[in-house]
Amino acid sequence: MATTADAFNAVAEARRRQILDVLATGERGVNDLVALLGLPQPLVSKHLRVLREVGLVEVREQGRERLYRLNAEALRPISDWVKNYERLWTQRLDRLDAVLQELKELQEPTGTEQGHDSRNE
Amino acid sequence: MTAGTSSGAAVVTLPTDTQILITREFDAPKHLVYRAWTTPELIKRWWGAERGDVTAVEVDLRVGGRWRYVTVTHDGFEFAFSGEYREIVPDERLVSTEVYEEMPEHEALNTLTLTEHDGRTTLTVLVEHDSKESRDGHLNSGMEAGMQDALSLLERVAVSLR
Repeated sequence: MATTADAFNAVAEARRRQILDVLATGERGVNDLVALLGLPQPLVSKHLRVLREVGLVEVREQGRERLYRLNAEALRPISDWVKNYERLWTQRLDRLDAVLQELKELQEPTGTEQGHDSRNE
Repeated sequence: MTAGTSSGAAVVTLPTDTQILITREFDAPKHLVYRAWTTPELIKRWWGAERGDVTAVEVDLRVGGRWRYVTVTHDGFEFAFSGEYREIVPDERLVSTEVYEEMPEHEALNTLTLTEHDGRTTLTVLVEHDSKESRDGHLNSGMEAGMQDALSLLERVAVSLR
């Protein structure tokens, strides 16, 4: 029961990710989702319930239909988790980039790319 | 599938439960990227990121040769990564194992790929673990288990969070 208590576990299920992928393109009713995913309606409803419980999906009534939409903010913990690692690699590769620009300058004959000889630092 | 990675930020995705893929483009030819990736005095300048100073780098660049990087954080904590080269195609591809020496049971296999177009190089590093637990530990220990590839979704959605 508690296994789907947060966004991490909710997105661990492939079909729920499919639903989120569809909702990422815009708000949809259940019938739309059933048609697009080719899954039985009770299954889609079950997954939507789980997604609502963790806040990944929000619902509103329009006439007789219930429309579901993605709440991207609820994905933030997952996004942050990966971003920590991404930050490390961004810092690392920024530094690599600085090394590369230096190697390029050492290798290229000087003067080929000087539009202006400005030293405005 | 990842739309034109621009230089600036590394893009990290999780292609499968056991993989991490890092992608970035550089405005430099691939032989220079390869040189910066494999030359000890150059590695020292970038590998530590903002976490600390790389104090020792050993590179025995041949199949079966070992590599080892030692970093000292700004608050004095020393840690080391090391591994063995498995496949070497100069300027294009480098496959090596990697362990964080504090956790030697979690060995990863890293594949560096360099592809050049018009003087620009796309770098990818595929990090493969033998289990999802090991992969997740590599990313960040102590996080909730149970996540598979949420990234096809995240790639689309993360834009709205930035």
